[in-house]
Amino acid sequence: MLKYLSKRLFFAIPTLLIISFALFAILDLAPNDPTSNLPITIPPEVRAEIKTSLGLDKPFHIRYFKWMEQFFINEPLNLIEEITGLEIGDSESRLRVRSWSSHSPVVDSIVERLPQTLWVVGLSYVFGILIALPIGVVSAYKQYSWFDQIGTFVSMVGFSIPTFFTGLVLIVVFSVWLSWLPSTYDTTHDITDLSSLWYQIKQMTMPVLVLAFYNAAQLSRFMRASVLENLNLDYVRTARAKGLRDRAILLKHVLRNSMLPVVTMIALGVPTIFTGAIITEQIFRVNGIGQLLITGINSADIPLVQSLSFLFAVLIVAFNLIADIVYGILDPRIKYE
Amino acid sequence: MRRIVATLLLALPILLLGSCSRETTPEAPDEVEGNENVAVSTLDVDTHLKILYWQGPTTLNPYLSSGTKDIEAASIVLEPLAHHDVDANMVPILATEIPTKENGGLAEDRTSITWHLRQDIVWSDNTPLTATDVVFTWEYCTAEGGGCTAIDSFRYVERVVAIDDHTVRIEFVKPAPYPYGPFVGSVSPILQREQFKDCLGARAKECTDQNFYPIGTGPFRALEFKANDTVQYIANTLYRDEGKPFFQTVVIKGGGNATSAARTVLQTGEFDYAWNLQVEPEILESMRGAGKGEILTGFGSQVERIMVNQTNPDPKLNEEQRSVYMDGKNAHPFLSDINVRRALTLAIDRQILVDVLYGVSGRPTCNVIPLPEKYVSTNNDDCLTQDIEEANRILDEAGWVLGSDGVRAKDGIRLSLVYQTSTNSVRQSTQSLIKDWWQQIGVETELQNFDGGVFFSTDAANPFTLTRFYADVQMYTNSFEGNDPSNYVESWKCGNVPGPHNSWVGSNISRGCSEEVDALLDALSETFDATERVEIIKQLNDKVVQNVWEIPLIHRARVSARANSLKGFELNGWDSEIWSIADWYRE
Repeated sequence: MLKYLSKRLFFAIPTLLIISFALFAILDLAPNDPTSNLPITIPPEVRAEIKTSLGLDKPFHIRYFKWMEQFFINEPLNLIEEITGLEIGDSESRLRVRSWSSHSPVVDSIVERLPQTLWVVGLSYVFGILIALPIGVVSAYKQYSWFDQIGTFVSMVGFSIPTFFTGLVLIVVFSVWLSWLPSTYDTTHDITDLSSLWYQIKQMTMPVLVLAFYNAAQLSRFMRASVLENLNLDYVRTARAKGLRDRAILLKHVLRNSMLPVVTMIALGVPTIFTGAIITEQIFRVNGIGQLLITGINSADIPLVQSLSFLFAVLIVAFNLIADIVYGILDPRIKYE
Repeated sequence: MRRIVATLLLALPILLLGSCSRETTPEAPDEVEGNENVAVSTLDVDTHLKILYWQGPTTLNPYLSSGTKDIEAASIVLEPLAHHDVDANMVPILATEIPTKENGGLAEDRTSITWHLRQDIVWSDNTPLTATDVVFTWEYCTAEGGGCTAIDSFRYVERVVAIDDHTVRIEFVKPAPYPYGPFVGSVSPILQREQFKDCLGARAKECTDQNFYPIGTGPFRALEFKANDTVQYIANTLYRDEGKPFFQTVVIKGGGNATSAARTVLQTGEFDYAWNLQVEPEILESMRGAGKGEILTGFGSQVERIMVNQTNPDPKLNEEQRSVYMDGKNAHPFLSDINVRRALTLAIDRQILVDVLYGVSGRPTCNVIPLPEKYVSTNNDDCLTQDIEEANRILDEAGWVLGSDGVRAKDGIRLSLVYQTSTNSVRQSTQSLIKDWWQQIGVETELQNFDGGVFFSTDAANPFTLTRFYADVQMYTNSFEGNDPSNYVESWKCGNVPGPHNSWVGSNISRGCSEEVDALLDALSETFDATERVEIIKQLNDKVVQNVWEIPLIHRARVSARANSLKGFELNGWDSEIWSIADWYRE
């Protein structure tokens, strides 16, 4: 097991290096420009100077190695310093990965935005799972019943209607017509007492609802299919023949077996919590990681986009590994040697 | 064992989630002195102002800005010597008066200008504003490697000297045609020397605390800055005007798009003010129906125009030739014919464009300099009425014969255009309306659009930019900084044509070039009499319009929305929309 783990970790290094290079190359080839959002009255000569000051006049490989140094050496060192309070070397003059638009360290903006993304996207993921699993199980157990039909219909709707539409409908109903919920998420809101907690719940309701609906729709279909597959297997018939009650068969045997692929799915989906929800964050102005990425792309903020996408890549590689290991542990038939 | 590992692994994401969400109670920002932490929801609603900039501010240092949003967000903290009011007049802010020849502030030969600072101004850290701050600001912006966005304001500045504590003299390398560039308007406000003295040149970008929390003289100071998300301000208790500002706290929130921004003011009433709302007129109108707010417009110098390429953009030409001026030897096959260009502008119905696409946010114009009033020419107003018949007559007379395919041709050259612009629903609708009118005069049009980030890019290797101009005509909005078009008209010089020789850096985008225009520009640089200058600038406007290098379409306004309760201002089209925030109040 340990051998397998170390082997996988070892192979992750070249994978991630290749990903970082590919990202950098694609971003470099993209035809946009960090000065294109400046007022049109700023003459082209000034724009050229601004780009030089960002280091854009340097050749590709130098910029790439500079980013690598900043990201793999300087930033971790800085993180260690922050946590331990120690000073390692000359931390004053150590260059950090800085955004081209705010000129502040990229890692700081990510840390600043994680809370709202985890609150909204993370909660919606949890709710999505909590809704999807029972629906999936019941739908499969009572296949073609009215519950299953409605469940299928609702999840198809959730599956096929994009979040920007459901989001807008919710805003029109709950913010414009009824004025119950705010359409804008206040990221500076502090929870200090019951009333501020209530406000936090109110401002999270719509974005969480939209995303949970979307997540649940996907997952419940998956759960249903997995339970259905197990219900027709021999061990179920054997259990029935032994006289076990349906309830026990379903909850003790079938559920456990059909959870195997679903748990893998859930683990693989965890990185999406951190990557944020680009569209939903925009609609409700949650301004989390997803919104950070999209504004970075729009303003050609290469260091920001590069670092963010690379962190996503790390998360995806890591959770793939975790999913594999979890699978092996849940299913004793699989052995990693 | 297996079981324990399984539980641990399963618990990992949950633990991660838990540990991170505990961070959601943000700590008080320790960068800010005072450490007041204001919970927005518990504020006094009356004196709390909520502003929505759907492109959120990314820095409060306008010299390092990446867009108008930053300059405006900084304008309530940092102040220049003078601002522009809604009528494009200069108003002294940190100065006692606007220097002129009459009051002796402006040298007779225009080689220097002397500003007197007000004596009663203190920074928000209770130190006095002095002339050294002004001198320092010039050093800051012109320092090597700083990437200062306002450097154009200091173009002809030789040096800035502090005469005494409250007097500065700006000396120019040559007689300045327009001496009010430096330190006027929200693009070049005064920075505090004490705060920024270690942030010169390449170090400018590393001064995050300074750039996010500049010390200013304005009515507010930043309390918490979250780049691209939220800026919280609190009233500057040391602000010079007694009893101002009315509002005690201001928040500028970013995110979303123009339509949803309009909704938060006009329909849900969550915000008091929303900026930059280029939204289809009928959508805005229906939102206004909710009765919660008002739509504001402010006209400045923005003109949506079509640039007409005077060089040959044929894709078969190589990079050294395509859309390159080549001393006039590479003329456009048919757009070099003035009759074709005249017909193109005559065929356009500007009023319909306004009615359908712009509403209150635009009006038809036949000039590339639409305001201030004194510069506006009346010689081109006949373009306001569409005349397809006349356009057809001109083309017939010039020998462009209508073919069986409905497209005119002469000597085997077909009137077939590529028309490019940036991606934006209003622009695409404009394109298709114009395409239809041009079809009626026998001109075939192929439409193209590129993402704004690509089209407005200045990347020399990018072939889709407006400076490369690999199309026959292209459309975008141009304007000039401040209230004086002196620098702007310079763009029509022959020498400013972009091309490979200057890495495509040049502002004469249509590549129109004539000795007459160059002579007028030379005359302008030697004319210091105000009325004569106005005359020359008007003539330049007429030349460009009558040569049809540019086809002015719409004089565009800034559009913003305010809640009904918010009073005390008009929308400013010449400077930051919110610089006068000290006068805003709620009723």
